[in-house]
Amino acid sequence: MRYAAIDSWVVAKRDLIHWVREPVRVFANLAYPIISVLIFGLVFGSAMNVFGGGDYIEFLLPGMFGQTIAFGVGTTMMMVSMDADRGVTDRFRASPMSQTGVVAGRSIADLVNSSLELLVLALCGLVIGWSFRDGLLNALVAFALFLWLRFALVWIGIYLGLLVKPEAAQASWMFLFPLTMFANTFVSPELMPGWLRVVAEWNPLSSTVAAARELFGNPGVGGDSWAAQNSLLLAVLWPAVFVAIFWPLSVLKYRNLSR
Amino acid sequence: MGHAVLAEGLRKRFDKKWALDGFDLAVPAGTVCGLLGPNGAGKTTAVRILATLLRLDGGRAEVAGHDVVREAPAVRRQVALNGQQSTVDDVLTGRENLVMWGRLYHLSKRQAGERADELLEQFGLTDAADKRAKHYSGGMRRRLDLASSFIMRPSVLFLDEPTTGLDPRNRGEVWREVKRVVAEGTTVLLTTQYLDEADQLADQIVVMDTGRVAAQGTPEGLKSKLGGDRIEVVVRNADELPVVADVLGPDAEVDPDTFRVSAAVADRVAALTRVTSALAAKGVEAEDIALRRPTLDEVFLAITGHKASEVQA
Repeated sequence: MRYAAIDSWVVAKRDLIHWVREPVRVFANLAYPIISVLIFGLVFGSAMNVFGGGDYIEFLLPGMFGQTIAFGVGTTMMMVSMDADRGVTDRFRASPMSQTGVVAGRSIADLVNSSLELLVLALCGLVIGWSFRDGLLNALVAFALFLWLRFALVWIGIYLGLLVKPEAAQASWMFLFPLTMFANTFVSPELMPGWLRVVAEWNPLSSTVAAARELFGNPGVGGDSWAAQNSLLLAVLWPAVFVAIFWPLSVLKYRNLSR
Repeated sequence: MGHAVLAEGLRKRFDKKWALDGFDLAVPAGTVCGLLGPNGAGKTTAVRILATLLRLDGGRAEVAGHDVVREAPAVRRQVALNGQQSTVDDVLTGRENLVMWGRLYHLSKRQAGERADELLEQFGLTDAADKRAKHYSGGMRRRLDLASSFIMRPSVLFLDEPTTGLDPRNRGEVWREVKRVVAEGTTVLLTTQYLDEADQLADQIVVMDTGRVAAQGTPEGLKSKLGGDRIEVVVRNADELPVVADVLGPDAEVDPDTFRVSAAVADRVAALTRVTSALAAKGVEAEDIALRRPTLDEVFLAITGHKASEVQA
């Protein structure tokens, strides 16, 4: 067990050194949300309506946090499939290191990385007029919900990363992008056509974003649907469901590498 | 000590195809065994099973005295695997790569650091220790990758095509390192498509074809057993090739590009005399006549019925 902790840390440290030494990648990851905040917040912002009224930038920021977190699944996929492709995963498996360490290390590195992204994005938001109005504690709970979702996405990322080649992992962005838009991230679902509205309301990402808006005291909270009204509950449940499904699937997939 | 690697009747199926179909192997401790064969012969599958990375569908195997299925963790503590791809982390320095693996093999921080320095020294990487691996040459990366396999002084080292894609100078470097660790007592199981590599390194060669052992023995033994000696006649112009082929008998191989005809012979000097006089009688003036031992390429052809290079592509 002690070794599991050391192994996790050694594996996580490897990834963190990557982020530190190759800041280009971190910037590339951050550039998109920051530019989006500027474009949607400052350029389109004046033309955007928040259902129920309120400042668009305040509405937008939790959505951007959510999208950044959701894109993390692509990062995890990429790292996992690259390790598998380069034979690093095999080296890990042929060594006496604890197998928990491999995935736990992955989770730690990804969570640290995502926390950093949230922090930069939040600072950027504060500069252009976003704020949290319900106290620091509620704000921290909101960030914890984002990281809880990120943790769940680590497991989806590990599973999918073991399933596909790095080239396919790279292309996952094309699917992720619309998935993060068919949600309450940029526009209130109430303003969407009927079928899309249902999709957006039940999108797991919407639950976390809606819960965060509530905790931050930002506008755009509420709605008629059960999903919208119970966003806090769903923001806890959805990730739990993902973990319950993809944790065992990942473990199985990992074991089946020896098929 | 007995056998460092022992496999009996290994079977492994991928979908409907048997990648291994009753594969046997016995490698005495402290020796180098070369697994030779074309792509798809089952070399990598065999190594992956022995390194506990693949489950087997039949038979049994012991590595370093432990069963690869029931005692996989014990096997993992005593073996190292060096695969076809480099697992060197480009962003980390050479030293950091080694320390990372040392830590994963559960050395303390200090031990891992000391061992890393030792290995960097041994593998001639001390000067580049604090450079990121992405600035390393192909040969240096390969050496760093090898060094990381030696952290625990494994009793068995699996090398899966260690020099594929390296230039001749770097291949030589890798061969030197392999010989050095063998001298320290490590048993090496080496897979390769290069016959000269097996010839250089291996005490024992096992030729695989379609999931089984097609032949085995020492490099010299295999050559003399399978090919026997060959007589080779070089002529000045192409017209004479059929005449020479006729003299050398039905097994003669004609290479029109180099004006060369060769054939296996059993009786060395007697054959030389016979061929020389037969050629003189037919008025053929040979450029060169020589007896030589077969190359492993020819041995391979004789065993498997196809050239190593044909399947390789």
